[in-house]
Amino acid sequence: MNTIRKENDNQKEVLLSVEHLRVNFKTDKAILNAVEDVSFKVYRGETLGIVGESGCGKSITCMSIMKLIQGNNVIYEDGKICFEDVNTLSLSDKALQEIRGKEIAYIFQEPMTALNPLYTIGNQMSEALRLHVKISKKEALKQCAHYLEKVKIPNPNEVLMRYPFSLSGGMRQRVMIAMALITNSKLIIADEPTTALDVTIQAQILDLMKELQGEFGCSYIFITHDLGVISEVSDRVAVMYGGRIVECADTDTMFEKAKHPYTIGLIASRPHGEMVEDRLPVIPGNVPSLNNKPQGCPFHPRCEAVMDQCRKSFPEAITYAPGHTVACWQYIKE
Amino acid sequence: MKEIEKTEYIKSKSKGERFFENWSLYKKNKAAVLGLIILMIFVLVAVFADWIIPYDAAIDQSSAERLQNPSSQHFFGTDRLGRDVFARIVHGSRRSLSLGVLTTFFSVLIGGFIGICCGYFGGKFDTIVMRLCDVAVSIPPLLFALAVVAALGANMTNLIIAITAISIPGYIRVVRSVILSIVEQEYIYAARMCGSRNGVIMFRHILPNAMGPILVQASMNVASMMLAAAGLSFIGMGVQAPTPEWGAMLNDAKDYMFKQPYLLIFPGSAIALSALSLNLVGDGLRDALDPRLRT
Repeated sequence: MNTIRKENDNQKEVLLSVEHLRVNFKTDKAILNAVEDVSFKVYRGETLGIVGESGCGKSITCMSIMKLIQGNNVIYEDGKICFEDVNTLSLSDKALQEIRGKEIAYIFQEPMTALNPLYTIGNQMSEALRLHVKISKKEALKQCAHYLEKVKIPNPNEVLMRYPFSLSGGMRQRVMIAMALITNSKLIIADEPTTALDVTIQAQILDLMKELQGEFGCSYIFITHDLGVISEVSDRVAVMYGGRIVECADTDTMFEKAKHPYTIGLIASRPHGEMVEDRLPVIPGNVPSLNNKPQGCPFHPRCEAVMDQCRKSFPEAITYAPGHTVACWQYIKE
Repeated sequence: MKEIEKTEYIKSKSKGERFFENWSLYKKNKAAVLGLIILMIFVLVAVFADWIIPYDAAIDQSSAERLQNPSSQHFFGTDRLGRDVFARIVHGSRRSLSLGVLTTFFSVLIGGFIGICCGYFGGKFDTIVMRLCDVAVSIPPLLFALAVVAALGANMTNLIIAITAISIPGYIRVVRSVILSIVEQEYIYAARMCGSRNGVIMFRHILPNAMGPILVQASMNVASMMLAAAGLSFIGMGVQAPTPEWGAMLNDAKDYMFKQPYLLIFPGSAIALSALSLNLVGDGLRDALDPRLRT
């Protein structure tokens, strides 16, 4: 089994590898484990989708790749995040500033608030560019207009002079994407880039991001809770629950042969063409809150196949098939 | 070429529009407009004081013309040393207004800077500064200023230092609370994610967004600074004779309260009017700049 996996690794170059990442928040009362022992890899030129319910630690995982979550109450425990062989968690602020925006770009969830309302689009975009590339302001604006054109914004020169309030949500989202692309980043983390948009624009943006991937060869990490979007854009999918990755596989495997009960429930609760019943199947219960996570597997209170073992400890992730890992006691044989 | 002309047109229009929008909101508040007019009169008087009446008239003593009632020669009469009260009020406006503005300026500068650092960096530094502020606020402000002036000596510079010192904690708090709400905005994360340095984020992205509430607080504060300065001068701890200052004039006049009441009425109403106008302007600004009142 191991040899097959290694071959797989060799074929594609690893761009980012996250190993045993733990992010804890210290509060007055307790230490909350927002992210527990998360490991995954992103290969060059691929799209990794991360799915999960709200509050399962998707965004925190991705923000900690860039060490964006900082503060006195944030603890990164012995995890490792290697971006091109550099552990970003151990980097100083200054070294991080070099990587942020240049090597790794982030598209934020909320297009309505992710642009500074006081500066024109051109001002903000050229600033992002000029932090990393030494060119004149005029040159930078030209480049900005070029990228705005790439994301299909009509009249890019005019939009550069506008303030964010005069753009629609879809346009702002495109500006955000153009801003992320402009420095030719190797990895672009897209944190629910389409949830704030209506479906037609969503489809446009997804197409656009795919197109640009073909053109620039960048990798994406795509965070979303929309399985439809995931099935469309990503090569591989990681499913998160309660701060852990419970299953990781390539997209087709995930949708056809999901193993983890949570993933199965998630896929089953999706509306599809041949629906017979009026109601969608649901997973009973709620996502556990951070301050009273159940012992053992965080999913066990909601799981139909719950066993004694599940209440005691969290299962190690095992390789079920090449490139398909799952963390569930059902598949661990003595 | 045509394209460029077009884009520049849009830019200037949107800036002009923003000003126009603010102004049209401001002028809806009639009291605020009145306050602005009064304030403008005071400012004009202060700026053109030398043209209105020469400074000599404000300090020249003449025992022959002591304690005169208002007349065509001395519009507001004369004080106990025969100095023209009108001239002293006109020239006093320079002291009073500049005291208010200068102390506000310095306390916004210093308090603002500390406040930004507190809100942005947080942590132990924030806790220590905030607890120090709590201590500073618990001391009666005028008493504190009095102690500072008493320790350093009574003159204009020390008066500015003292009054600045008492208002800094208030600014730290206001600025910090505004900053705290902005730091969590996504565009700040976005700026950080672009690789911006802390300094750039603080002063280019956060500060301009916090400017509205800070400006409002400042405009309201000018009045209380003026009152504090006048108060200190009134008890002899501020501007020293013979320099004309409204608070000091009140102090001079208090012995003649019943004999020559206008000696108190004129500087007193000057203080009251300017403080009122500043407060009205502050109110108007707050309403005009508050985005929640926008339609």
